[in-house]
Amino acid sequence: MIISIASGKGGTGKTLVATSLAVSLKNKQKVQLLDCDAEEPNDHIFLKPDLGNSEAACIAVPEIDNEKCNLCGKCAKVCAFNAIAILPQQPLVFTNLCHGCGACSYLCPQKAITETKRGIGFVEWGQAGGIDFVHGKLDIGEAMAPPIIRQVKQHIYKDGIVIIDAPPGTSCPVVETVKGSHFCLLVTEPTPFGLNDLALAVEMVKGLGTACGVVLNRAGSGEEKVLEYCQNEGIPVLLSIPLDTAIARMYSRGITLAEGLPQWQQDFNVLFNKITEMVDERNRCTER
Amino acid sequence: MKIAITASSPKLEAEVDPRFGRCQYFIIIDPETMQFESLENAGPSASEGAGVSTAQMINGEGVDAVLTGNCGPNAYQALSAAGIKVITGVSGKITDAVENYKAGKFQPADQPNVNAHSGMN
Repeated sequence: MIISIASGKGGTGKTLVATSLAVSLKNKQKVQLLDCDAEEPNDHIFLKPDLGNSEAACIAVPEIDNEKCNLCGKCAKVCAFNAIAILPQQPLVFTNLCHGCGACSYLCPQKAITETKRGIGFVEWGQAGGIDFVHGKLDIGEAMAPPIIRQVKQHIYKDGIVIIDAPPGTSCPVVETVKGSHFCLLVTEPTPFGLNDLALAVEMVKGLGTACGVVLNRAGSGEEKVLEYCQNEGIPVLLSIPLDTAIARMYSRGITLAEGLPQWQQDFNVLFNKITEMVDERNRCTER
Repeated sequence: MKIAITASSPKLEAEVDPRFGRCQYFIIIDPETMQFESLENAGPSASEGAGVSTAQMINGEGVDAVLTGNCGPNAYQALSAAGIKVITGVSGKITDAVENYKAGKFQPADQPNVNAHSGMN
């Protein structure tokens, strides 16, 4: 079962929930945690994994053989990202815009395009106290996260529980992270910005057709609008974590909720059971 | 030789559009005869690579130089590779810009004058 954890607004508590869920479940089942926030991975700060393995993360960019190229321009036309310009004497490739889709090399009638690998970061993995841990990190200056997120997700185990910590936002990197998961947990906070971005995230998840539920973090006041929204949309609020300085203090020292306050492990187990129930129910519905 | 000027609307009386990649229109004009035509730019709706696609479009117009406010790194690279002079820092009325060009008051830029994505709002 693959559970992704997204939010819309940044800083709502995705990593707190992801790491706490992993810690709470690890003794009962095989748990794997993937940190797909490749621009700023942070789960390792809390789980302190032994990252003994690594591989380079690359994106395939086109290299055009000018001898074979007849300037027909098919590659530039098919490129959705304007990464190839056909100029009078030669084609010009803008590798910084290339998303590595492979369309240009596939379609070139002269077979003039080969794909070369461009390094954009690295993927590391190892053990974190009984949790299988994987994360990816983009090199500074690189703008494109989806290729490295795809590479991190190649490490997903076929069995057990897979928890994926997504980047903030609702665009390409998050879609790449969330797609293919059985359930998406949306972490929100009771503020106008939190609600605004939650609505965007819900739209994204619905677009992917993934079942979802909400975790309300820093609850305690001002959550009426969020709860109203969830009720109107038919989205269950599966867990509520209060605004508590003690939690924040612990977190700022690199100690996640389920570790510093172990009584919360029960709440996260209940959360997991609710998710399983919802996923099973959905499977039953589609079978009918 | 024809030149291309970024324009906020498709008329000679218009103001110079300060952006290259995402400008609204181009005025393609022969400064000697003042014969001109206007071109709508698809750049504003491009999700990315607007500088590259706009440069490629301009390359097909057979102009000697581009006059604009700002030109980013990808556009500059594409235009330069095509042998088109890039003149940045141009503003105000298009007709004034043409006069200044004819009077030789402009120097071609030797590098882009803004970073990538400066024209996005």
